Amino acid sequence: MSRGTSYQEVMARKGEIVNQAVGIDYQEFERPPIAFDYEEMMRTAGYSLDEVRAIQGEMNVGETPLMELKNITRLVRQLAPPGKGARIFLKDEAANPSGSFKDRRAAVSCYHAALKGYKGVIAATSGNYGAAVASQAARRGLKCIIVQEVFDSRGVGQPEIIEKGRACEAYGAEVWQLTVGPELFYTFLRLLEETGYFNASLYTPFGIAGVETLGYEIAEELREREGRAPDVVIATHAGGGNITGTGRGLIKAGSGRTVLVGASVDLSGLHMASDADFNRKSFTTGHTGFGVPFATKADRADVPRNAARSLRYMDRYVTVTQGEVFYVTEMLAQLEGLQRGPAGNTSLAAAVVSIAQELSEQQIVVVNETEYTGAGKHPTAQLTFARRNGVEVRRGDPRENRPGRAIVIPEDPGQIRAVDVDLDALRRSNIKNALEGLPEGYAPGPEEIRFLAGETRTDEAYVRQALEELLL
Amino acid sequence: MAFSAQTDAIAHKGDWVQIYRIVLEAGARAPQVPEDTQQVSLEARIKGFMEDGSARIGQKVAIQTLAGRRVEGELVVVNPAYGHDFGEPIPELLAIGPELRRMLE
Repeated sequence: MSRGTSYQEVMARKGEIVNQAVGIDYQEFERPPIAFDYEEMMRTAGYSLDEVRAIQGEMNVGETPLMELKNITRLVRQLAPPGKGARIFLKDEAANPSGSFKDRRAAVSCYHAALKGYKGVIAATSGNYGAAVASQAARRGLKCIIVQEVFDSRGVGQPEIIEKGRACEAYGAEVWQLTVGPELFYTFLRLLEETGYFNASLYTPFGIAGVETLGYEIAEELREREGRAPDVVIATHAGGGNITGTGRGLIKAGSGRTVLVGASVDLSGLHMASDADFNRKSFTTGHTGFGVPFATKADRADVPRNAARSLRYMDRYVTVTQGEVFYVTEMLAQLEGLQRGPAGNTSLAAAVVSIAQELSEQQIVVVNETEYTGAGKHPTAQLTFARRNGVEVRRGDPRENRPGRAIVIPEDPGQIRAVDVDLDALRRSNIKNALEGLPEGYAPGPEEIRFLAGETRTDEAYVRQALEELLL
Repeated sequence: MAFSAQTDAIAHKGDWVQIYRIVLEAGARAPQVPEDTQQVSLEARIKGFMEDGSARIGQKVAIQTLAGRRVEGELVVVNPAYGHDFGEPIPELLAIGPELRRMLE
């Protein structure tokens, strides 16, 4: 039987294609119409922490160095009020085989795909995850296809994504380089259907279980070396997997009281699916264009239930500007001798800035990742590209930064400031989205209210209040 | 037809090439796509080894990808280069190192 290939026809088969390609029966966790059993899904469909450690250990993924940034800490203390300025540590995730923390996710997905007898894996990603999947697939003897959003309609490619495509090809993957548009997902579904490969989604329980070791290692190593848990951990936030996995790992290590901060690059005002805006942004991930929509509606992912649910774990959410991240990337190279990022340095920018300065000198803030740098994804490559696309690059007050129009690189580290995002607004929007499609006036029952409280890291009274306001 | 800088090139069986295909025509795109994107096609570029015979830029060919699959499309580049680089020196960034080091002296 030949099946239709129009956008609408393929999207109508989405559930069927994805179920086949992930091998999880998501139905068994559903508690309709609103809730699903998240912990049950993580427990039965995913892997335990010990299993993940064994899988990653076999592939030399994880156990990356935790570095103390002593020079940056000294600098921050010059900016902070007396007695303030926490010690800053950095988990050097660039030391993973393909150069980012995404190897942790890919290691588990590819292990699972090989175990279940899939011949290959597919991932739709323009980020480091593509290289991670390609690298792990190579080690497991699996075929690999990576689908990326690379070019605008003029055929001009974002240098950071071209570099990531090169890395995928270097690891032996077939790379589909697409022009701008959310139909990346459509293309991905057609390829899954055509090949019968495993969907190495970023958002399965396997992938998220893979990140738990990151939070766990941070807590374990600090306890051993410093005799204390981290006071604050900062994670770059996009799709939610970094926050979710790190948060779960911290809890499993007994560090549930650590404050977990998400940080994104502010790209507000740029439309993520716009052909014209595409090459006017210098960050292809770790930005608000993913961070905000995924926080308010996690299930927009390529699986029916997203295992990455950032609002369940995030205590605070901040943004920094593109110019601030480039500045801090330069700081990391010049003061600590580490060329990393830039996108992975979003959380470092937030740390240096406000967050370490708010804490006392005895406290510890951990930036949970770095990523490899290279041609295309280096600050000089990105800023050269920005100028060629008509974006102004200059030094000045970072508050004058305008996504897509001006990248303003601070003149002084004291100008850098992480801006708090209103988490309450995101929580309310998350609750509102959970009610989408239900009959007007639907009143969630006690189990559903408990679910929404878990989803938003609040309590039942909070959810009741929010629901009352929504129904008005 | 896709833009190609190699107008006269010829590819032979076994050559490493890039092909081009339209995945969704303008007008058949996802409904949620903004107006500027609706007006252009969703295009794909894929690399692999030319399967048979010889072809000129713009002709339809089949390739074998690194995943060992056969994919068809229009030939756009023979031996496609990675053109990305580290860009130009950025004076605005170069100044930062010395400034920060002075602060720590």
